[in-house]
Amino acid sequence: MSSAGGILLKHVDVPDLNRIETYERVGGYAALRKAITEMTGDQVLKELEASGLRGRGGAGFSMGKKASFLPHGQIQKYLCCNADESEPGTFKDRELMHRNPHQLIEGVLIAAYAADITHAFIYIRGEYEEEADILDAAVTEAYTRGYVGDSILGTGFGCPLVVHRGAGAYICGEETALLDSLEGKRGNPRLKPPFPANQGLYQGPTLINNVETLSNVPHIIANGADWFRKFGTERSPGTKVVSVSGCVQRPGNYEIELGVSSRDIIYGLAGGPPEGRRVKAWFPGGSSAPVLTEEHLDLPYDFEHMAEAGSMLGSGAIIVVDDSVPIVSVALRLAEFYRHESCGKCVPCREGTNWTVKMLERVDRGEATPMDLDVMTDVQTNIIGNCLCLLGDSMAMPVGSMIAKFRGEFEAHIEEAARSQFAVRRSPEDGPISLSDEAGLSVPATDEAA
Amino acid sequence: MSKFDHLRGVPGSRSRLAAQVWEGARVEADPAEVPEPSDVRVPDHLRATIEHHISLYPDRRSAVLPALSAVQREHGWLSPEAMLQVAAVMQFSPAYLESVASFYDMLELEPVGTHTIFMCTNLSCQMRGAQDVLAALSEATGSPVGGSSPDGMFRLRAFECLGACDIAPMASIEGHYRGPLTVADATVIADHLRAGGAAAEVLPQKLPTAGKPAVGLDEGQAQ
Ligand SMILES: Cc1cc2nc3c(=O)[nH]c(=O)nc-3n(C[C@H](O)[C@H](O)[C@H](O)COP(=O)(O)O)c2cc1C
Ligand code: SF4
Ligand code: FES
Repeated sequence: MSSAGGILLKHVDVPDLNRIETYERVGGYAALRKAITEMTGDQVLKELEASGLRGRGGAGFSMGKKASFLPHGQIQKYLCCNADESEPGTFKDRELMHRNPHQLIEGVLIAAYAADITHAFIYIRGEYEEEADILDAAVTEAYTRGYVGDSILGTGFGCPLVVHRGAGAYICGEETALLDSLEGKRGNPRLKPPFPANQGLYQGPTLINNVETLSNVPHIIANGADWFRKFGTERSPGTKVVSVSGCVQRPGNYEIELGVSSRDIIYGLAGGPPEGRRVKAWFPGGSSAPVLTEEHLDLPYDFEHMAEAGSMLGSGAIIVVDDSVPIVSVALRLAEFYRHESCGKCVPCREGTNWTVKMLERVDRGEATPMDLDVMTDVQTNIIGNCLCLLGDSMAMPVGSMIAKFRGEFEAHIEEAARSQFAVRRSPEDGPISLSDEAGLSVPATDEAA
Repeated sequence: MSKFDHLRGVPGSRSRLAAQVWEGARVEADPAEVPEPSDVRVPDHLRATIEHHISLYPDRRSAVLPALSAVQREHGWLSPEAMLQVAAVMQFSPAYLESVASFYDMLELEPVGTHTIFMCTNLSCQMRGAQDVLAALSEATGSPVGGSSPDGMFRLRAFECLGACDIAPMASIEGHYRGPLTVADATVIADHLRAGGAAAEVLPQKLPTAGKPAVGLDEGQAQ
């Protein structure tokens, strides 16, 4: 029925896929039935571990291993699906929830069963009002069919599922901030350890996974770990829904097998930059990933190669910047974003993001000197590794990488901006007085300035 | 310039907070206490909504965000009266509720225009002309960016990535995602809302793109 292929997006073209009858018709909830009625929780867990499925929310940690860290025994445990998706450039979870909400719900319940969890939440960012409504409707449908609730499919295993809406804060995607926010507090990250697997929501052991990670779970249980490992690479098994945006002709979500060439994604699927333009820089994993350049386009797109290249696969969002965009404006826009989203709890991040914005503004206005670039690099180095959570690093890494890889452009920008500013000051309205004139310095012609 | 203007750029601080400090909030007064439930009139449906949310969680505190969002929908913003209603039903102090509310971008601590427009200005939208659309929206609605229009009709904000860069440049019109937007669309949106049209019906909705080929995956292999 579907032309999409793939695993997660396979059925997205089927009309009304968000309705439970349709989802069941394409084989939905068979995996949950199989897990709960034919397998023990441990067997499900083993299968997930064997699949090698890695987290799709940013860190790429083994999903099965994380689930196995939760303590066993009679203790109230929780599952929180991270649907906060606020990493700039990322919009895959939105499509997954919008089009196939039951796939996620089924994954949440199977994961809960595997780790013996009896209370589950989906924390969705407040801006996704349509998707939250879709999820709410789908959860209600699943309740009436007995797939969610106090005794799932009459087995005695029970797990209520609540869709919880955030209210606008990027930091609530960080897992411990998410927990505080879900507890009805300000979304400040917590100090780790203790890790959520030991002490998370309401102090109970908590499994936190991304929407895409959990959407993979039904397919692994339905088809087996060996089947899943046929896709992707040894260390990055499976497929990835990649969000491609920015300077490309066909922005959108594309499901790829991990390990295909990055060029195939950016040019083959997304159409590459507009006619006559070239890729100047690209973020392989959301705005928090250090930028790569044209020379990295032939690298296989997977966790290990992105890390080897000094960046990361992150959330799997590729943002393409072409040669018409000044790199300084990219750095400034991102620094402003991180300054706005910093929760303010720790100094290197709170002050560092603020300083970086101010310094980039000076660079942009041409008031900086090349030495300031060194100071700025220093600031980034001092942020990395010194913050409570990774938000500080998330600004420092890409901004640092832009200064390192495009230093020449930064310097040229400063020079150019300084010159044009000078030229503006020299406009007829400003009158004839100029210190440098009197000092006998050469004055650039006004028309040289943009 | 206010003495506390420098706080404006600092994360976690709000201009309102700065203004209160500056205007000399009555620091000697005791903070408002948790109100007696019987002292505050709460519309029945609102009380029912808040109590429903409380029932979903092991700890009632978890219902704070849903409750605040619900009263905001009712009152248009988190007015002192709205805060008191949540405080009365949930039995938290208004100060606690405000401390939580001030953390979140979507919760409004000042009166705002009726129709809310979030225009994304993050990287992918910016590279595709978001600033021009934002300026056009400001012009068409009469609302300054970050403020509301004098007629109380519109609230316009420049927002961070809304998770829809596939339709960049895009905006959320009262929760409905629309894009790619052109400068000309700004007037269409403003006129539609001004004429009382439903936000859901403004401009055609473009769903996340579908039906794309999957690299490296051949049809038969995946099932
Ligand atoms: C600042 C920050 C923001 C994050 N935002 C998100 C997010 O929006 N969605 C998400 O799934 N993970 C996000 N993460 C990663 C989570 O902390 C966590 O690693 C992830 O949800 C775990 O799920 P996974 O193992 O399935 O990837 C963020 C991390 C940081 C440090
Ligand atoms: S690194 Fe930034 S966002 Fe994270 S806890 Fe510190 S101040 Fe908050
Ligand atoms: S950058 Fe605008 S929606 Fe992501």
